[in-house]
Amino acid sequence: MVPTSYYILLSAILFTIGVVGVLVRRNAIIVFMSVELMLNSANLAFVAFARAFQTGEAVNAAAMSGQVFVFFVMTVAAAEVAVGLALIVAIFKNKHSIDVDQVHQLKG
Amino acid sequence: MHDSSTAFSLSSLVPLIVVFPLLGVILNMLVGKRLGDPWAGIIASLMSGLAFVIAVLQFIGLFLDNFHATTITLAEWIVIGTLKIPWAFQVDTLSVTMMLLVTGVGTLIHVYAIGYMKGDERFHRFFIYLNLFIVMMLFLVGGNNYLMLFLGWEGVGLCSYLLIGFWFDKGANGVGNARAGRKAFVVNRVGDFGFVLALFLIFWTSGSLIFNDSFKYFEEKAKEHATVTAPAPAKAVEAKPAEGHGESEGPTTEQIATAITLLLLVGAAGKSAQIPLFIWLPDAMAGPTPVSALIHAATMVTAGIYMIVRSNVIFHLAPTSQMVVALVGASTAFLAGSIAMGQFDIKRVLAYSTISQLGFMIAAAGMGAYVAAMFHLLTHAFFKALLFLSSGSVIHGVEHGHHALHAHGGGGHDHHDAHAHNAQSDSHAAQASAASPDHHEFDPQDMRNMGGLRKQMNVTFWVYLIGAIALAGVFPFAGFWSKDEILADAWLIGSKQPYGVAVYVLLSVAAFFTAFYMGRQVFMVFFGGERTDAAKHAHESSWVMLTPLVILAVLSVIGGALNLPKFIPGGEALGKWIEHSVEVHAVGFNLTVALISTGVGLFGIFLSYLVYGRSPMMTMTDPLERLGFVFRFLNGKWYVDELYQAIIIRPIEGFATFAAFALDWDLWHDFFHDTIIAGGFRWFSGFLAGFVDKGIVDRFFDGLGGFVRETALNFREFQTGYVRNYALMVLFGVVAVLGYFLFVR
Repeated sequence: MVPTSYYILLSAILFTIGVVGVLVRRNAIIVFMSVELMLNSANLAFVAFARAFQTGEAVNAAAMSGQVFVFFVMTVAAAEVAVGLALIVAIFKNKHSIDVDQVHQLKG
Repeated sequence: MHDSSTAFSLSSLVPLIVVFPLLGVILNMLVGKRLGDPWAGIIASLMSGLAFVIAVLQFIGLFLDNFHATTITLAEWIVIGTLKIPWAFQVDTLSVTMMLLVTGVGTLIHVYAIGYMKGDERFHRFFIYLNLFIVMMLFLVGGNNYLMLFLGWEGVGLCSYLLIGFWFDKGANGVGNARAGRKAFVVNRVGDFGFVLALFLIFWTSGSLIFNDSFKYFEEKAKEHATVTAPAPAKAVEAKPAEGHGESEGPTTEQIATAITLLLLVGAAGKSAQIPLFIWLPDAMAGPTPVSALIHAATMVTAGIYMIVRSNVIFHLAPTSQMVVALVGASTAFLAGSIAMGQFDIKRVLAYSTISQLGFMIAAAGMGAYVAAMFHLLTHAFFKALLFLSSGSVIHGVEHGHHALHAHGGGGHDHHDAHAHNAQSDSHAAQASAASPDHHEFDPQDMRNMGGLRKQMNVTFWVYLIGAIALAGVFPFAGFWSKDEILADAWLIGSKQPYGVAVYVLLSVAAFFTAFYMGRQVFMVFFGGERTDAAKHAHESSWVMLTPLVILAVLSVIGGALNLPKFIPGGEALGKWIEHSVEVHAVGFNLTVALISTGVGLFGIFLSYLVYGRSPMMTMTDPLERLGFVFRFLNGKWYVDELYQAIIIRPIEGFATFAAFALDWDLWHDFFHDTIIAGGFRWFSGFLAGFVDKGIVDRFFDGLGGFVRETALNFREFQTGYVRNYALMVLFGVVAVLGYFLFVR
């Protein structure tokens, strides 16, 4: 059985890739995808910990809550995608571009 | 104080004596204007007459009750601690004498005034004042305590003021009469000030203002004093009586009594027109003539004498005050008598004569001759009221003649008009004396405008003559007996103490003056030829005016019978009567004195005949004017008014000006208010606005605002608008929070 630390490591790598994606890319779609990557890296960590805490066949509240949380995150991600993509479409309609740096009117 | 089984019905009626005139006041106030002329006057006279009836009933009651003094208490007035003052009337021989006088003479003058005031626009108001005067005078003489006396005292002062200024729109510059009223009022305040202090002192010493109680205290003190004095050597006496009671060392009873009596004398000098407060009475002649007769000759001005006689117990304790009182009275008699010789205004002569006669009474009261004082008070009330009323009749006649003359010349003055204009006549009193003979306005009171009136005004002439002879003190008229009694008292005192001699001499000279100026007046007014056309056309007054004159003339003739010398059967009636209220020492008839005073009187009349009667003056120049500056001095009234003007009024006005301009305006307003308060305030508000508000508060809040602004400007830099920057910051935040959790905690 693959040790849990591998999963955590993978999750961390994925999260880092997401963060770097958000910070360095200007394409809104890519940024968006990076956000999704971070969310899903978190999901991976949840699931990995859930499996690590699973002992025997009996239903374990601690392990189960990790699994359940993943569903919450997926739901939220889905809603976020809906809102986010709508925003990107609206921005594109205005600017004919999806470069996030084009949208910086709200500066102080 | 005693069972009043027999006299209950009569003495308990005494409150009515005040109620009737008061009813008259109220009635005339309510409906007087509608009743008008002459009904308002008839009501007032009726009420006064009813009061006279009550007074007569009191007189009878006293006879039935063996002259016992009775006190009729109506109600409590003031009760504060030990100070208890009731509304109570004292019915004794002294108060009843005064009640009879006030209501009797008052009623006659009311009747006279109906005729005199005919056609006056304020007819009913005059009678309201007259009735109010009667009310107040009866409070004055009827009360059983000093406060009721004071109430009446102030009340008659008020009426006097109102009546002097009755024609307030007349007189010099249209304010002369009002000024005369004010002068009377203010001068009387000076006297009242002394009187009030005396009242305080009486209460403070004896603990009561009720006559009987405080007199009892003083009598006991006097007895104590006598018992202590008898064995002790004279020097040690002074402090003894006070120590005897265990009181702290204070003034002796005699010293207190002296203080009280001197203060009472100040009060009496104000009301009874004595030196130095007599100056108001001549000016008071600005009032209508009935007022001059009633208030300023017969009744009110005698209040001071009544008050001294009433307070005789206290005066007995203070021989020094008695001497002062006697000397003040005698000097006043002398001074006013001399001034009367130099006056031209018929009423002014009488006014100074009144002052002079009041001086006789005060002197008598001071010498302890209370019967003589009261006797002279009564007879003087008769003949002086008579003289004033007759002079009113003369003025009326001359005024009438003046207008009749004009009616002949220009036409247009009817009978009624003449009466209405009469109003103006009295008002000249205020300015007439100094008027020069060539003044163009006709003065009906100036004796130089008269002469020969004997033919036109026969009745008035005879009654005037009777009054003048009575005043001059010719045997056997009323004035002879009363004046002689005073002179006999002075003679007696003079044989014991030196001041009595001075009093006697002053009074005798005053008696000579009296005879002379009355003779001068009669010769000037009634004898010789008419000096003006007005005098030629003068005619007799109506009978409503003459009837009281005749009654008063009869009283002036027989008034002496009130107190004839002892050797005549029924003599000393007044003395025996007054005796029940006041401690009396009879002097008896003194033939020497009587002969001297008769001689002096006759000599005065003879001299006036030589000057005025033998060769009647036909021009406007008085023969006495040949005396030069002496006459001018007398005519100028010894320049007392001018003296007061210089030493009292001018400094006071100067001080008032100083207070108004220097103190109030310059110092208080300009300096204190403007400079100190307003300036200080301005400086302080400037300090607050500039230094505190602008310097501290504003700078603090400006600084705060600037700081916030600067900070905000710096923080602005963070908000770049680039999403990635925000994300980076979030990252930093997350790293920081995680770092905190991982490494710090």
